[in-house]
Amino acid sequence: MSNPISVAFKKARAENRPALLTYTVAGDSSKKQSLNILKAISKNADILELGVPHNTPVADGSQIQTSAYRAIKKGIKINDIFRIVRDFKKFDKNKPIILMGYYNMIFQYGANNFLNKCKTSGVNGLIVVDLPWPENKDFAKKCKKKSIYFIQLLSPTTTSKRLKEIIQNSHPMNYFISMLSTTGGKLKVSPLEILKNYNRIKKINPKKEIVIGFGITDKTIGKLKSADGLVVGSAICKEITRSLNSRQNPVTNVGKLVRKLKNRIK
Amino acid sequence: MKLKKGVPVIDQGNSLGFWGGKFGGNFVPETLKKPIEDLEILFNKLKKDKKFITERDKYFKNWVGAPTRFIKLENLTNHIGGAQIWSKVVSDANGGAHKIYNATVHCLLAKRSGKKIICGDTGAGYAGKMLSMAAKKFGLKCKIFMGAKDIARQQPNVKAMKKNGAEVIPVYSGSQTLVDAVSECMRFWVANCDTTAMCVGSTVGPAVFVRICGWSTSQISRELKVQLIYEFGSIPKKLKLYNCVGGGSSSFGFWNEFMDYDKKQVEFIGVEAGGPKKSKKHAAPLTYGSKIGILHGAAQYVNQNSDGQIEETESISAGLDYPGISPLHCFLKDTKRARYTAASDEEALNAYKLVTKFEDLRPSLEPSHAFFVALKEAKKLSKDTVVVINSCGDAYKDRGILEQRLGKKYVKSN
Repeated sequence: MSNPISVAFKKARAENRPALLTYTVAGDSSKKQSLNILKAISKNADILELGVPHNTPVADGSQIQTSAYRAIKKGIKINDIFRIVRDFKKFDKNKPIILMGYYNMIFQYGANNFLNKCKTSGVNGLIVVDLPWPENKDFAKKCKKKSIYFIQLLSPTTTSKRLKEIIQNSHPMNYFISMLSTTGGKLKVSPLEILKNYNRIKKINPKKEIVIGFGITDKTIGKLKSADGLVVGSAICKEITRSLNSRQNPVTNVGKLVRKLKNRIK
Repeated sequence: MKLKKGVPVIDQGNSLGFWGGKFGGNFVPETLKKPIEDLEILFNKLKKDKKFITERDKYFKNWVGAPTRFIKLENLTNHIGGAQIWSKVVSDANGGAHKIYNATVHCLLAKRSGKKIICGDTGAGYAGKMLSMAAKKFGLKCKIFMGAKDIARQQPNVKAMKKNGAEVIPVYSGSQTLVDAVSECMRFWVANCDTTAMCVGSTVGPAVFVRICGWSTSQISRELKVQLIYEFGSIPKKLKLYNCVGGGSSSFGFWNEFMDYDKKQVEFIGVEAGGPKKSKKHAAPLTYGSKIGILHGAAQYVNQNSDGQIEETESISAGLDYPGISPLHCFLKDTKRARYTAASDEEALNAYKLVTKFEDLRPSLEPSHAFFVALKEAKKLSKDTVVVINSCGDAYKDRGILEQRLGKKYVKSN
């Protein structure tokens, strides 16, 4: 059986559009609400990234930090996150879920324990922001044994030699960071420039799915349509914050935003 | 786990930057891999380059002011009535603390790499102040990240940074102290690493920063070695080197040249910040047995909960108020080369009172932690034991806290 992540890319390709990946923080602004948000967006999102909140995030901008602190303040624990995934999968068992976080959380849980829990709760992929190549070699191997994709990050600063090495050793999906920025930064390079870099990476092995993330909003997503997949994270976290501040329902508002994103790439 | 002899400790990490196979490393976002690798190549080349060393030494001598004094604290020695008590007055250095060594070297490296901007973190404000001084000296633009809580409690250093033309960026996330300042500084570097150099203010962070800082502060022990031989004719048979440990930059530098001596001859004692007596919070991961975890790019002993969230610390001393500790110190602890203990806020204040009562020396709250343990232990030691405390910072920056906790006379009379 193929990984639902690969199925999602195939489906999007058949519809002649990039896959839409969303990122929300687990437990933002509560366990129940973050589950409801996943349910509300699953119709329009192809792959759901779920952030594991950490309190010293070195690669996240203010929007995701705000979401993460909110979730931690409400007391979210790793086991709660697995529960959210499991409950979501009862609702939509084929929708792929990727957990994204920092390595210390996995390290404290124990890598093997963590992967076992991923497997039983239905996690399909992992992005570990601060576990780069080649430090991630062993962990990626462990993921593979569990049929969980370990998603490598690639950046504009990644050298050609390194790109080749990483992609050669990568699982079917990789993540290209659009620009030099933390998550949610303002897009400081043109979509054309981003796609140029993307194509350079894609050429190395066209079979690997490459998604683009960082700084993508409903304003810019339409200009990057030719990628295999596009990730929107901070814009969604921002919408949750905005909704809470104006006493509106984040579940409905995020649902609307993701529908809008989907329409922009159709 | 074993310490090798004849190899500098900063170079004892494996190919992935791990000391003892498990401390340190490079747990960084992909974007930083290239700038870190570039910095590694540059540093590895320059630390062997005689011209560069000469340049460094010239600035250390003429600008930082090397050597800093090594003095006997006669009155304290008499009062305590045990071991001989000496101090290496590193606060003599330009700017008033050891942070100047690392700042100078980072600015020299930034110049060589063609970067025009340098960013750095700061807790007590010394790392920031020194970086702003060095940046000004070498014509670099400077951005300093500092927790909002620290900005409020270390105003003299904030003013100095601004006077030197640095932009001080307050950090409001998390506990608003050093840990958040380092995170925010790293985030800034992630977004600006093409134009900006980063200076990590202590022997923490990704491996290369640990190495650069340790290499820079080792100036302290190079000087001390010469000074000891001048005073005693040789390295004393019973020598004890006390130093406070926050991130661990001054203590590592204070010990480095003595690494290969038997610990029965030259003992290293690191004093962490135990926090307020009545509080459970502390900044002493080595003393209180914190578990190994990953913070700011490196594996180290770090205060954290069972899920791996980094815990808030508490200490009267902003410079020691950090939940983690240098991988170098984790390595020195596990190889048993150094011994670690903690002093509370109150004990540090008492030591400050005692030192300033007897001597014309004004250690900041950070070294006051080391003074407390050293003076307590010196009492029980023989007269031929030489106790040296690194007075690595000046208390000028702590006036506000000292006035509040001890009253005006401890500020005015000193």
